[in-house]
Amino acid sequence: MAIGFERALSVHAQTLELRSRRAEILAANLANADTPNYLARDIDFKATLSGLSGRENALKVTHAVHMQARGSASGELLYRTPAQMAIDGNTVEEEQEKSAFADNAMRYQASLRLLGNRVQGLLSAIRGE
Amino acid sequence: MSLFSVFDISGSALRAQTVRLNTTASNMANVDSISSSTATTYRARQPVFAAQLDDAGDEATGVDVLGIVESQAPLRREYRPDHPLADQQGYVNLPNVNPVEEMANMISASRSYQTNVEVLNTSKQMLLRTLALGD
Repeated sequence: MAIGFERALSVHAQTLELRSRRAEILAANLANADTPNYLARDIDFKATLSGLSGRENALKVTHAVHMQARGSASGELLYRTPAQMAIDGNTVEEEQEKSAFADNAMRYQASLRLLGNRVQGLLSAIRGE
Repeated sequence: MSLFSVFDISGSALRAQTVRLNTTASNMANVDSISSSTATTYRARQPVFAAQLDDAGDEATGVDVLGIVESQAPLRREYRPDHPLADQQGYVNLPNVNPVEEMANMISASRSYQTNVEVLNTSKQMLLRTLALGD
């Protein structure tokens, strides 16, 4: 039985990709906190991740050498609904964006730790120690 | 890895906030720059920010400083006939800088700068931990 790298790592690898994508979006929001008429963006993390790893979206494999096409972890960019819009048309609420960024960073590191453990597990399986 | 682009995004924000701090410093420094003609009097300067968009024009990839505009608010005129720069009627022109506005602007710029430095640091940590994956 071959060691399935894809199977062992897939969810965590996709999570990391999506987390780093979200970090980029939130950083852009924070960078534009003082830009007139800028509308804050975000992705629906849960829906995007389940869309990526969901089996109903997987391509049908009819031959042993067929590869599974993986969608890029982009996700649909949505607009955030502000609790209180600024007078210049900016919808970035710094506190919310900051806490979302910190939350995203922590979860990224959690996924990273889990992925690291998986890699360790695979390594010891390969070495057979 | 899109975490690297966070450096570009936050870097552009740091640059934009620095321009804003610079104009504020210039405005505050010139708050008492007296002049005899309205044409040569210093006017308050403010940078204009705009979101930097990607090629598709949908997603922000940072912030741009479009330019610096001079305030069109009326200049202050004071009657000081003994001043060497006073005009025929004895008036001097003072810049239209509002120190209260400038101070608020300065605090806002420095807070935004700090926020973006935090974002940069956090992203750096995330990247470094990623590089150490599997160690």
